[in-house]
Amino acid sequence: MRYSQKCMATEENKNAAPGSDAQPGPKSASQPASQQGFVYLPLIVGWLVPGGGHFLLRKWGRGALLGGSILAMFALGIAMQGKLYAGAHDILDVLGLAGDLGNGLLYIVSRLAGWGADQVMVTTADYGTRFIVVAGLLNVIAAVDAHNLRTGRKS
Amino acid sequence: MTHFAAVVLFAFFASIVFGITQRETPRRMIRYGIYCFVLFVASAIVLSWVMFLIAR
Repeated sequence: MRYSQKCMATEENKNAAPGSDAQPGPKSASQPASQQGFVYLPLIVGWLVPGGGHFLLRKWGRGALLGGSILAMFALGIAMQGKLYAGAHDILDVLGLAGDLGNGLLYIVSRLAGWGADQVMVTTADYGTRFIVVAGLLNVIAAVDAHNLRTGRKS
Repeated sequence: MTHFAAVVLFAFFASIVFGITQRETPRRMIRYGIYCFVLFVASAIVLSWVMFLIAR
């Protein structure tokens, strides 16, 4: 026996306008190109490249502002001789490393290039270390925002 | 760079990210960004005075 979803109380039918004859089914044909494909791609790209998730969703202005802000914070942190956490010796190092890893490719490239200080020697280096960690945390927020845009949780 | 300059730069960039990610319309993003910026800087000034008075 075949069952039709047309008269069942599915979410799509409940949300459809009364009297409308919309057929539930695959929406891929009506979705824009930015809404197709792997749903976690903007999250991953946004983490690796600051603002990249928004660029992928064609949110150019938001992506540029987010990417510019995060990149500027990271660059200021490096310029202030901030420390890049390399290992986890105690709980504070673990938290610092987690924040730094939020920068994605920026962190990897900086480690490979040998940027950042190993030890905090001056006062501004302490500010710089915080700038780098917070840039990573803000990048994670931006990547999650791109994921929310992708899933439709946010417009 | 002075501590205050670092606070202002930190507040500026963090407020941009908060504004864009925590609100949906451009108008509300700008308003929330300005709100966050003012709160960041004002709270830094107030806490600085509190610490100064405690340390005396």
